Amino acid sequence: MPIEQLGIAVLWIFLYGYLIVASIDFGAGFYAYYGKVIGIDTVISPIISRYLSPVWEVTNVFLVFFFVGIVGFFPETAFYYGTALLIPGSIALVLLAIRGSFYAFANYGAKKNNIYLLAYGATGLFIPAALSTVFTISEGGFLSVHGNSVVFLPAELFFSTYSWAVVLLAISSVLFISSTFLTYYAARAEDNRALEWLRSISLWAGVPTIISSLFVFIALRNHNREHFQKTLDVWWMFGLSLVSFTIAIWLIGRRKNYGSAYIAVMLQFLFAFFGYGISHLPYLLYPYLTLSSSVTNLVMGRALVISFVAGLLLLIPALVLLLRLFLFNTKYVKGETR
Amino acid sequence: MNSLEWSRGLTEMTLAFHIVFATVGVGIPIFISLAEWIGIRKKDPHYLLMARRWTRGFIITVAVGVVTGTCIGLQLSLLWPAFMRFAGNVISLPLFLETFAFFFEAIFLGIYMYTWNRFSNPYLHWLLTIPIIIGSSASALFITMVNAFMNTPQGFTLQNGQLTHLDPLSAMFNPATPSKVAHVLSSAYLTAAFLLAMIAAFSMLRGRENDYYKKSIRLNMIAGVILAAATIWIGDLSAIFLAEEQPEKLAAAEWHFDTGNRVPLFIGGRLNPDTLEITGALKIPSALSLLAKHNPNGTVIGLNDFPKEEWPPLYVHYLFDGMVGLGFYLFGTSLLFIFMTRIKRWNAYNRWIIGAILAGGPFSMLAIELGWFYAEVGRQPWILRGYMRVSEAATTNPDVGITFWLFAALYLLLGLVSLLVLIRLFRKKPAEMELEERRIIL
Ligand code: HDD
Ligand code: HEM
Ligand code: HEM
Repeated sequence: MPIEQLGIAVLWIFLYGYLIVASIDFGAGFYAYYGKVIGIDTVISPIISRYLSPVWEVTNVFLVFFFVGIVGFFPETAFYYGTALLIPGSIALVLLAIRGSFYAFANYGAKKNNIYLLAYGATGLFIPAALSTVFTISEGGFLSVHGNSVVFLPAELFFSTYSWAVVLLAISSVLFISSTFLTYYAARAEDNRALEWLRSISLWAGVPTIISSLFVFIALRNHNREHFQKTLDVWWMFGLSLVSFTIAIWLIGRRKNYGSAYIAVMLQFLFAFFGYGISHLPYLLYPYLTLSSSVTNLVMGRALVISFVAGLLLLIPALVLLLRLFLFNTKYVKGETR
Repeated sequence: MNSLEWSRGLTEMTLAFHIVFATVGVGIPIFISLAEWIGIRKKDPHYLLMARRWTRGFIITVAVGVVTGTCIGLQLSLLWPAFMRFAGNVISLPLFLETFAFFFEAIFLGIYMYTWNRFSNPYLHWLLTIPIIIGSSASALFITMVNAFMNTPQGFTLQNGQLTHLDPLSAMFNPATPSKVAHVLSSAYLTAAFLLAMIAAFSMLRGRENDYYKKSIRLNMIAGVILAAATIWIGDLSAIFLAEEQPEKLAAAEWHFDTGNRVPLFIGGRLNPDTLEITGALKIPSALSLLAKHNPNGTVIGLNDFPKEEWPPLYVHYLFDGMVGLGFYLFGTSLLFIFMTRIKRWNAYNRWIIGAILAGGPFSMLAIELGWFYAEVGRQPWILRGYMRVSEAATTNPDVGITFWLFAALYLLLGLVSLLVLIRLFRKKPAEMELEERRIIL
């Protein structure tokens, strides 16, 4: 495999990983706050904090890994996106910073406080919205490039239907992924009240997810015809995504196999995310950057791949240990150990 | 102010803030590990409690370290896109490796925090501190390699704007790497020792007399005296490195203009910017030659060998002197304390010594800041010494000013709240109370 394809595959897999773990985290923030507002926080918050506390830092590293990796494999992207994304990137950073630190303050520091919880819940929705604009910008039409000067056109972004469709999809996906995961976690913890509440939320959250992804397709057709045509070439991936979604909803609806249902949700997003990614290639930024025009040199590319493999050999056993201790350890999940 | 100045300002602010937490993040795990190990070995619950309490505070600083680190990581691309385009080709390997180090640390920290009583063999829990130490020190190692590369770039050839002959390993192991990495690590450990001692000293000054505090101070000061000596020694190695490879940085710090031998050392003083005359400084004959070459006759290159537009700002002299002065303060304080504990009739825990140890906490952090500002300002005007100026690397986006204020507000908020949370954490539950709760009476 050429180095640029290997590189983008690695990065896309990690971005997918971030999408899944971060969505759980972002959504959980929202549910924690919402649960407090409607007065059932005693039900929901132990579930959330038992899962989130040990893993929140790990979530953040997925993101760091992606943006460090993309600068490594595709240094040109640093130049274009770096110049263009100053404002949206900074806003996303500030939100991420507030979220991460306030989570820690509230959880390890002092007793729970409503302002912490509000910050935690609100940023859970704003961050995916801010981060998703990167996908929008990558479709082209939001930058003007003259030689070495790259100018971002925020007004274009703000008044673009496509941009809003993507934001909608991002937020609803976060809520859907998170609720299905928490449903599964609550089922394992045999916490029936939390389970019931989360289960009905999962069922509801599925609807906007599907509607907004339809919106995205329609808006993409108007915004970037070339990309839209290429998504049709991999229509089957989106088809599989829809099939997985149906299975997930069916299982949750029948109160069965919440674990399998969650795996189906992960597959749903796997197919959609990779369908989107594959059809986006070879462009990293329409129409300025392609894989081959922005890739790093061969020597560095190889070094990065080698270190990546070595790194994985180190990380995978550690991650397995983490999951076995906290996700698949029934005693811990039920809150019997601390 | 233009984009360049705002970008510099924002970078300075973010780094100045991040290094506080990064330094704590690198240093504290060693002491948590040490305390837990001593506690298990001696079956002394005081040390075990120390490990627990330090971990609790540590988590807070880690959180801020992680989020500000994420900020600086992304800001490098946002503010210095031209630099990162270049660096991406040559020095992205250690940056990439650093993320693995974070990963590793994050995973084991998560496990460590939530498994205090889950293993029947206490050494198993203690073993978890080892990957945390490796992870955090490795992140310092890798990021410092990048920084070293900016000072002494190598591992590539630049021909008509084209990069050829790339060698990522040689870029990582550039001449600045050994002294820089060693000094950064030893100073981070040293700072951690003094910060932890500071907490105990604070409680003692408020009249708490429990053995817990004395043990904490003793542990940290024994480590502190060793680490301070190591830091001073490695700092000297850094100066020798500079004299060899980056003479303009050393010359700027020492206000040394004319190349020659038997060069004197000036401490403090004032410089007339037009005549370059030094007044009011403490002058030690031949000392600079001795320091930089370990030979009173050694030749030290002066600033006049460089074109004036490539001189770093000369105020770095004060930064350097400040760092060195504080280094000796830390060494002296810890040495005095150790000395006093050896002599039976003297009370090593008297108010003056405890006060001096208390001051060592903020002082050590100040030394870190001074050291970094010296190292980075001393590299000016280069972002990549000899290849790219800071002015060529900055973003062309006109809105950096807005982001500067955005982040200023963020850091203010994070700084205040984390301080508040930390104070509450240690004040609301003093060690005595926890000792009693856990029924530890000695
Ligand atoms: C507790 C902190 C601390 C203390 C007590 C000292 N240093 Fe330091 N110094 C640092 C913390 C530091 C640092 C923050 O770690 C720096 C900044 C960049 C670097 O590589 O390390 C540094 C940089 C730095 C440099 C520049 C290295 C370079 O740019 O490559 C030199 C020459 C010294 N130091 C020398 C000394 C000497 C002679 C000391 C004698 C007392 C000393 N330092 C004490
Ligand atoms: C340009 C300079 C720097 C950059 C780009 C940078 C980048 C980062 C990033 C992205 C993170 C967050 C990682 C995560 O998500 O877990 C981080 C945290 C961290 N950084 Fe920095 N960093 C810089 C300087 C430093 C320095 C000088 C040190 C050490 C002396 C350091 C040590 C650490 C440590 C130990 C952490 C983890 C926080 C913790 O676990 O305590 N960094 N840094
Ligand atoms: C990836 C590595 C790094 C990059 C790309 C980088 C880049 C820069 C840049 C562009 C500046 C602005 C220059 C200026 O202000 O004139 C700067 C300054 C500074 N950097 Fe670095 N740096 C790196 C590593 C570090 C590390 C690891 C630290 C310490 C934690 C650090 C501390 C500082 C400080 C304190 C300044 C302010 C100097 C000043 O006032 O000019 N840097 N750095």
